[in-house]
Amino acid sequence: MLDTLTLAQASAPAPMQTGTLHHYLVVSALLFVIGLIGFVSRRNLIIMFLCTELMFQAAGIALIAFSRFWLNHTGETFVIFVLTIAAAEAALALALVVLLFRRKESLDGAKWSEMRG
Amino acid sequence: MVGATLPISIVELLLSGAIAQSGHDAAGHAAAAASHAAPAAGSLGAVTGTLPQWTLLIPFLPLLGCVLCGVCAVLKIRNKLPALITVACLAGAFAATVGAYMQTVGGSGGGGGGGHHAQAAVVKAWDWISFHWRDNPSPSAAPDFVANFSFYVDSLTCLWMLFVTGLATLIGLYASEYMAGDLKTAGYARFYAAFCLFVFSMACLVMGDNLLLLYLGWEGVGLCSYLLIGYFYKKPSAVAAAKKAFIMNRIGDFGLSMGLMLTYVQFGTVEYAKLFPMVQGYLDLAQHGKMSEIPWMVQVIPVLFTLGAFGKSAQLPLYVWLPDAMEGPTPVSALIHAATMVTAGVYLVARFFPLYLCSEWALPIVAWGGALTALLAATIGMAQFDIKRIMAYSTVSQLGFMFAGLGVLGAVGGASHVFTHAFFKAMLFLSCGAVMHGFAGQLDLRKLSGVAWMPGWKIVTLAMFVGCLNLAGFPFITAGFWSKDMIIGDAMGNHGLQAIGWILLFTAGLTAYYTFRVFFRVFAGPVEYHPGDEVHAHADDHGHDHGHGEHAKGDETHDGSESRHASEHFHPHAPGWAINIVLLTLAIASFLIIPLVHPFGKAENTGDGHGHAAAFWSATMVGSSTAGVEPPHAEHAKFLGMTAHEGAMYASIAVGLLGIAVAFVLHYVGRRTAAVSKADAIRLGGVQTAAQHKWYVDELYHFLIVMPLRVLSHIFHAFDKLIVDGLVNLLGWMPRGAGHTVRRTQSGVMHDYALRMAGGVALIVLAIWFLNTPAGDGDDGDAQPPPAAHASVERAEGVEGVRP
Repeated sequence: MLDTLTLAQASAPAPMQTGTLHHYLVVSALLFVIGLIGFVSRRNLIIMFLCTELMFQAAGIALIAFSRFWLNHTGETFVIFVLTIAAAEAALALALVVLLFRRKESLDGAKWSEMRG
Repeated sequence: MVGATLPISIVELLLSGAIAQSGHDAAGHAAAAASHAAPAAGSLGAVTGTLPQWTLLIPFLPLLGCVLCGVCAVLKIRNKLPALITVACLAGAFAATVGAYMQTVGGSGGGGGGGHHAQAAVVKAWDWISFHWRDNPSPSAAPDFVANFSFYVDSLTCLWMLFVTGLATLIGLYASEYMAGDLKTAGYARFYAAFCLFVFSMACLVMGDNLLLLYLGWEGVGLCSYLLIGYFYKKPSAVAAAKKAFIMNRIGDFGLSMGLMLTYVQFGTVEYAKLFPMVQGYLDLAQHGKMSEIPWMVQVIPVLFTLGAFGKSAQLPLYVWLPDAMEGPTPVSALIHAATMVTAGVYLVARFFPLYLCSEWALPIVAWGGALTALLAATIGMAQFDIKRIMAYSTVSQLGFMFAGLGVLGAVGGASHVFTHAFFKAMLFLSCGAVMHGFAGQLDLRKLSGVAWMPGWKIVTLAMFVGCLNLAGFPFITAGFWSKDMIIGDAMGNHGLQAIGWILLFTAGLTAYYTFRVFFRVFAGPVEYHPGDEVHAHADDHGHDHGHGEHAKGDETHDGSESRHASEHFHPHAPGWAINIVLLTLAIASFLIIPLVHPFGKAENTGDGHGHAAAFWSATMVGSSTAGVEPPHAEHAKFLGMTAHEGAMYASIAVGLLGIAVAFVLHYVGRRTAAVSKADAIRLGGVQTAAQHKWYVDELYHFLIVMPLRVLSHIFHAFDKLIVDGLVNLLGWMPRGAGHTVRRTQSGVMHDYALRMAGGVALIVLAIWFLNTPAGDGDDGDAQPPPAAHASVERAEGVEGVRP
């Protein structure tokens, strides 16, 4: 039993170097910031939604990178779930966008400001 | 309505219970002291006989009448049925009273039989209040506080109940016609319900065998008085008068309730049958001149009772409510505010006369209060123009006579005057009411004249004349003369208080004058009348729907020369059979009662100021009750060189006739028209105006009591608004202001929120960064974190052999 384990592990990649991890994290951070800037600066609801997805994926990249760094599957498993939920959420969010569009005949997110105090 | 009186008594009970509990030791001491002082406790107030249970009909028939009238009101019965019920119930109560009187006095009372042995009996209806609160050894021991719904009937009770129920019956009959204008509304049944309730309350007051039941009745009559003064509740002045009467009475009732509580604290009981034997002990001390040995608390109780009596009986300084109470319908004025309720204070003093004798201050207060009230009210009555108000002031004045009589140790005179006054004052009021009823509410004696010569007014005139003779104290042939004379004689015979006799004598002269002023102006002289303005008022439920004076205009300012014109279309509405029968009965009765209050020389020759006190009916009635105790000192002053009573009799004959003569000259001979008489030409400077304005007593009270209270309430209002409300509002304003400031951050724009969220997260990340980085370490992000090393060790263990 130990042999099969060893075999499985024998083909396993070598742990990621710290420098490599940094590259991944930088990409993730850049992606997150791009998404954030996009969300804040754009007013089209669909574009804003896309930007949230970008931020989602940035987090996913960071999780995968850490998972690879530590040589465990926790992060990967987590990302699988996140992707699933993100898919469902995308369906919901797009439906919401359609509804919102019907109410105002516009995709401009700034038009929704009834909560102004 | 009955329920309304009960809470008062319950609160009262709780109060008295609390006080009594705290003063339990004092009560014990007092009881011990009393029994110590009087080894052989006298039979004062003790129960000496029994009465059949039908005596209970006296209070409960009127209560039944009240309930039935209430049912009539609910069933919207719009005929004279309530009057019928009331008169039947009250007549039944009167019959029961006569029966109880026969049993009590044993038939020996009438016409001065001198039977000094009337019995006292207690008739119990049911257990009312009876409980323990001390740590009693056994539950079967006697309760600590007992106040039963039971009735103490002795001769004094009978004296009072005879005229209360008798007059109530007659006045109920009178009112059936007088109030007929209200038949179309619910007012008729409401009037009679309150009327019956009043008689029930009065019966509780007079017949109650304990102070608490007396207090229940006391409050009950106050309530009924309030309800009936405010009978025309759409008229602001009536409502104000009702409130005034109620509030003034509360001041007096405060004194009575304090006296009640102190009585319990001091004696440990409020039941007469147990209380009076204890009082006897102190009374013995008083009669032996050992006043200083009587505890001060015993001496204070009658003073507090006096406050209550002065409130209920409209004496200085609480008399101002009674003249205003004339806003009520006239039968109410006659029954409640002249004949019966206002004598409740006199009853209280008479009933507790032994206790009053135990106090050094109480009787002088009663005497001076009464005498000064008599004088003051008479002077005001002389200057008024409203005949009902003149009668009201004369009531106040006559009540003053009664109190003065009691105060100068003449309980017989005081009580006799209550009895005679009830008859002639009721008659006077009912006559004035008939005039008011017939002339559309006209009460101004300057606008009425010669009523005697109009068709259909003979009986009213006769009754008024008899009443005036009684009130004026016309010598020999009037009951009022004898009872008033008894009081003045007692006062003149009292060494220390002879000044009161002079005051009363002077007042008697004034009384004769103002009484006949009314008679000569309204009933004698040229026929002339200006109707009142009630025809206009009847649309708003005022009541007297005559259907006569459609075109009548209340002529306010013109002299008599124009009166014909003003009353051209007005026909006076002469009284019907009910009013006439009642007036005639009263007029005859007021003569028939003369032998009851006068000995006719039988005992005059004892030469003693109180010599005839045992000879005639009212003296027997008073003498064989708790009021019949001997006053402590027996020396009597002389007056005009004769015995006080003889001298006073001649003097009061003189002043009475003089008063009538002055009125005759000024208001009959010296008068051409209704409005102008010689009396108006007499100028007394400001005195006349001041008396017309009731000596500005109302204004004085307004200035001394109402104004300071109003200022104080404004101050409290300001305090409440600024400080109390201010603090509470400040608490409210703080979150509100904070919210107002912060709400501007809520832009409603999504991007804004997102940006701020991002900024917040960035701040948190930065904060964590700075907090987690050791001070000298700087930025060592490149270093492998320690947990990683640990993890790699684990990993090495897990995959052994693969990595070194």
